[in-house]
Amino acid sequence: MNQVRRILLVSLALAAAAVGSVRAQETAPQDGIESAALDIVPPGPPCALTVRDYLEHSDSGDKIEIEWGLSPDDGSGAGDVTGYVLSRSLAEGEVGDVLEEIASGATHYVDVSVEPGVEYYYSLEAYDGTNSSERVWAGPVAGRVNLFQWSRLSVLVLMLLFFAMVTWFTAAAGKGAKLFVRRIPGLNAIEEAVGRATEMGRPVLYVPGIGEIDNIMTIASLNILSHVAKITARYDTPLIVPTARAVVMSAAEEVVKQAYAEVGNPDAYNPDNIRYLSDAQFAFAGAVNGIMLREKPAANLYMGAFWAESLLLAETGFEAGAIQVAGTAMVSQLPFFVTACDFTLMGEELYAASAYLSREPKLLGGLKGSDWMKVVSIVLMVAGIVAHIVGLEWFVAWFQTQ
Amino acid sequence: MAAIIWTTIGAVLTLSVYSFLYKDNPFYKFAEHLVVGISAGYYLVIYYFNFIQPNVVSPVFQLRLGGEAIGLGSNTWWLALIPGLLGLLLYTRFFPKIGWVGRWPLGIYVGGYAGLGLSPIMQARVLDQIGANALPLTSVTNILVVGGLLGTLTYFFFSMKHKGVLGVMARVGIVFLMVGFGASFGYTVMSRVSLLIGRVSFLLHDCLHLI
Repeated sequence: MNQVRRILLVSLALAAAAVGSVRAQETAPQDGIESAALDIVPPGPPCALTVRDYLEHSDSGDKIEIEWGLSPDDGSGAGDVTGYVLSRSLAEGEVGDVLEEIASGATHYVDVSVEPGVEYYYSLEAYDGTNSSERVWAGPVAGRVNLFQWSRLSVLVLMLLFFAMVTWFTAAAGKGAKLFVRRIPGLNAIEEAVGRATEMGRPVLYVPGIGEIDNIMTIASLNILSHVAKITARYDTPLIVPTARAVVMSAAEEVVKQAYAEVGNPDAYNPDNIRYLSDAQFAFAGAVNGIMLREKPAANLYMGAFWAESLLLAETGFEAGAIQVAGTAMVSQLPFFVTACDFTLMGEELYAASAYLSREPKLLGGLKGSDWMKVVSIVLMVAGIVAHIVGLEWFVAWFQTQ
Repeated sequence: MAAIIWTTIGAVLTLSVYSFLYKDNPFYKFAEHLVVGISAGYYLVIYYFNFIQPNVVSPVFQLRLGGEAIGLGSNTWWLALIPGLLGLLLYTRFFPKIGWVGRWPLGIYVGGYAGLGLSPIMQARVLDQIGANALPLTSVTNILVVGGLLGTLTYFFFSMKHKGVLGVMARVGIVFLMVGFGASFGYTVMSRVSLLIGRVSFLLHDCLHLI
């Protein structure tokens, strides 16, 4: 009996506790609601919203600058403004999409995501965490392309100077002026290598790199290929040109075919020797290695843009006993060619080689122009050092374009 | 089961490629021809879907993918015909009589890229370099950087013989170049060793479960 009473008492106590808990939940003030009830006054709106095309850094019409005055409750008044919401739309009166939530105290924003020429409307409201102010509007405004990018004035000045020098030297070379270009040691090696292959009755392998035709190294390589093809055509030595890009193969075909025709031996041209192997870097390297071991060229010439396959090619050629001449402006690959090849055209020597070999006025003009551009660069650099010393920092800053 | 088969194929191909270290042999030839053939087919598909379809086929035929219009707008779709036509002209080389037409797209392609590249190269490789290397000569590092750059630029000056002061500066330049090449060589060899470790790990761990 006592046990039954004890159970009833415990049950009653639990029930009372449960009811009490529910009531407590119903009557307890909820913090958020209570504070919302306390702050029902929205902050004052920001003032003087202005929008304009961004001009300071000569942009491409893809930026609009937005400025406004602080809300009277931002930093003063109620002092409860926590930020601003900036929205952008394509039609007047429409709020559009929220562009950015900007922290309080800011009065400036640059919209960098506009389409040039498209008119936009902007609206801004201040908020205090609970309430938003009245919205202020501005617009329409469109980003305009600045016709002259003043920040790149230095590029224009040096480009004009460079063009002037190239044009002058090209004209001089065209009129028969003897423009001196020092002999590059690696160039003698090319002729020696082709001569050796001819004596041994074995082919010459010319690899124009794995760069696309838009790569300046590939273009220089095709100029050198023309010179090599003329020598091989004269000696009737087979010339194998494996390529990694379809368009480079087309260009190489044209270059070799024309070289054979110019020398007067068009019948010796074998289109099957200009080969497309693969766009994949190491597949190309593997296939070229196969050519080296199976067709046994006596001279391997690597001219153009090379990446990680450079050492694979040069080491295999070395193992095969071929005389090897390389030329590239890929700084990261030059060490491998210097190590594994007999001669290497380093960096700009590759470009100089094509001008030296052909004596073509345009190429000579380009070479001489870039040569004197180096002198200009050295002078400007020394002037920059002096400018640092005398405190003319703007002079150095002028070269650092945006 | 499939994992075992593919791992075994991978191991056999890896060993086939490494057999080249001994000498050229049928296993290496097989692996070489396999990878060349597969990569040619792979890149054909890649080029079609990454270049030809979005740049020519879709704008011209106004195809849509996932409800979104792709390529050029409805008024300018015809612009895609120009590169498309130039690309087709490359195939004229298969017809000897009109093969010369194939030089036009090549000329436009090479000339266009060379022209487009001039300004960025002048900016990034000349102007920015001048600005970055016009350093106050207040530390040994700055003196080395400026001296090395002046020497290297002199080495690549082709309009005069390297004699006298020019010769000395060019020699300084070549010393800096060789020091740079040595550092680059060592760095790259390390990365190649890590590639070798990856392959050996595949053979000994994934395939033979020895490590």
